[in-house]
Amino acid sequence: MSETALTGPVDWTSENAVGRRRSRHAANRRLQFYGIAAISTAIGLLGLLITTLVIGGYPAFLQTKITLDFPIKAEYVDAADPAAGNYRNVVRDALLQIAPEATTPPQQRMLGQLLTNNTQFFVRDAVVANPSVIGGTLTLTVPAADPIDQLNKGLIDRTLPENQRRVNDVQLGFYDRLVEAGQVSAPFNWALFFNSDSRFPELAGLAGAITGSFYALLICFLISFPVGIAAAIYLEEFAPRNRWTYLIEVNINNLAAVPSIVFGLLGLAVFIQLFGIPRSAPLAGGMVLALMTLPTMIIVTRNALKAVPPSIREGALGVGASKHQVIMHHVLPLSLPGILTGTIIGLAQALGETAPLLLVGMNAFITSPPGGFLEASTALPTQIFIWADSPERGFTSRTSAGILVLLGFLIVMNGIAIFLRQRLERRW
Amino acid sequence: MAQAALAPRDAAPAVFQTVRTPDLHPRPTKVKADTVKVFYGQKQALHGVTIDIPEKAVTAFIGPSGCGKSTFLRCLNRMNDTIDGCRVEGEILLDNRDIYDPSLDVVELRARVGMVFQKPNPFPKSIFENVAYGPRIHGLARSKAELEEIVVASLQKASLFNEVKDRLHEPGTGLSGGQQQRLCIARTIAVSPDVILMDEPCSALDPIATAKVEELIDELRKNFTIVIVTHSMQQAARVSQRTAFFHLGTLVEEGPTDHVFTNPSERRTQDYITGRFG
Repeated sequence: MSETALTGPVDWTSENAVGRRRSRHAANRRLQFYGIAAISTAIGLLGLLITTLVIGGYPAFLQTKITLDFPIKAEYVDAADPAAGNYRNVVRDALLQIAPEATTPPQQRMLGQLLTNNTQFFVRDAVVANPSVIGGTLTLTVPAADPIDQLNKGLIDRTLPENQRRVNDVQLGFYDRLVEAGQVSAPFNWALFFNSDSRFPELAGLAGAITGSFYALLICFLISFPVGIAAAIYLEEFAPRNRWTYLIEVNINNLAAVPSIVFGLLGLAVFIQLFGIPRSAPLAGGMVLALMTLPTMIIVTRNALKAVPPSIREGALGVGASKHQVIMHHVLPLSLPGILTGTIIGLAQALGETAPLLLVGMNAFITSPPGGFLEASTALPTQIFIWADSPERGFTSRTSAGILVLLGFLIVMNGIAIFLRQRLERRW
Repeated sequence: MAQAALAPRDAAPAVFQTVRTPDLHPRPTKVKADTVKVFYGQKQALHGVTIDIPEKAVTAFIGPSGCGKSTFLRCLNRMNDTIDGCRVEGEILLDNRDIYDPSLDVVELRARVGMVFQKPNPFPKSIFENVAYGPRIHGLARSKAELEEIVVASLQKASLFNEVKDRLHEPGTGLSGGQQQRLCIARTIAVSPDVILMDEPCSALDPIATAKVEELIDELRKNFTIVIVTHSMQQAARVSQRTAFFHLGTLVEEGPTDHVFTNPSERRTQDYITGRFG
């Protein structure tokens, strides 16, 4: 045995060795610390985001309302044609009950600004629905105008000088009288979910946007799911491994990384200009979203197909199953949980996508939910975009509320994806 | 001369003589392979294998890892078709019919030549569905009752029925390894194949499960032609009637199992079975 082959007895307790071990442990701890610091930063930022949104958005979930007795005088409203009545005067009379001293037109205008602009239509609709109140009194709760809503939620500082706040001293007096009489309430703002967009924040809601997003996602799903799965099956199971399939593969991977606004431009040029699909229609939006989701779908499905162990394919081939039977009876069912999870995550991505929808015109001002795939509509993210752009104070909190609703949908969709994965996944 | 000089040193000789010892009482031939060569892309894995596989007997393929025995086995039901870049030359006859003939349907071939794999691979379905799958896709049962009959009979033949008769509708993946492998054998015999190929069927099993599967193989040879690839000399000696020894992509020696194990004609065979290499 030669001396050079061995290093000789090692002194594991020497200062050198102990020092080396100590520095190794320190490196371990440092790495762990960096990880914890990174996670804490991420959680902190996320918490900051959610907190900001909740603080900014929660006022939008309540809506200040004012309950008034509306005297429906026969001189204003004709029982024969209640829809054509002079409801402006009905509203004025109702308001004069709380402020009889308001006799001049400017005072009456200030009084009228307490209620939402559409109050006369609320009253008209109630009377048309129940004509028996003509000649009597109708008690109705209507949304307060946005400045009063803000005031009631404490978002307007009463101590500011009069010329710096939206509600003047006279209106403050009216408001205080209403509060004293117990006519002001702030119930949950269902209108946020059941109304469509409006110029008046107190009436604006997400119904149109939610319906539009639903239609667009449905189109997106109907296109990208079957096409994506078929393409993935071909590429994974049938395609020969040659230069062409390699080229296709690379391009699909690249498409997944193309900025979404590019797909929007394509949709504008092809779907709207060339195919003549109406602008702002969920069909156009959905098709653009499908283009965007397709690469993700193909990649996810291919990975799910790849994850099916080859032993299952061999087992099926071994008893004489044809390729079609191997895929349909074994590979596809086994990869379905993975495919579904990927699909939902892809759709969640599409739900939050804004840029391509802006280009196909789904950021229009539309005050009723779309009745079909071809009617003009907005979508959730574009509605948020529109609101964020609006100057009225009430839209500030509604923007945050809209984001919270969108995040809520995303969390639900991801939750379903996790549930499906846990529930359907098989282990070998 | 120049050609010979360029040939790689480890290339097998162009004509390789397999040492053959016939049976004392020859059985009819089921599968006849003639100079089968297999290429994976540029690499040649089999250098011309010629062998007759007798009917209703167990033929064991032995040899060190990478010698081509599994490759050859997978030629017999064209399982190599699924591998990209794999090319098979030569002729393989099953009942005197060329299995690589374009007119032959590979689906039919694989129904007639079943396969059991190294790792038990039951489908993630119920025990019943595992066995019923083959008969169902080949339309072997006309009614539900007939299908049930086939499943029960197959499980019985695979000596698994008594262990699973109360839980036919529980997942096949819940069985123990040995039971899973017998389930795979039941799945294979449910389509009534002529030949069963077994690729190291016991390598993932413990000795008790192995013993059961070996017992089963011995039982099955009454009705089926069986070809088994194994790394265990003892297993080959215990279950097979004929043994073929592969080395470096060639068939070195084949003959009656007793003869190959007790009195091999080739030096390399002797070295391998006595554990001197491999």
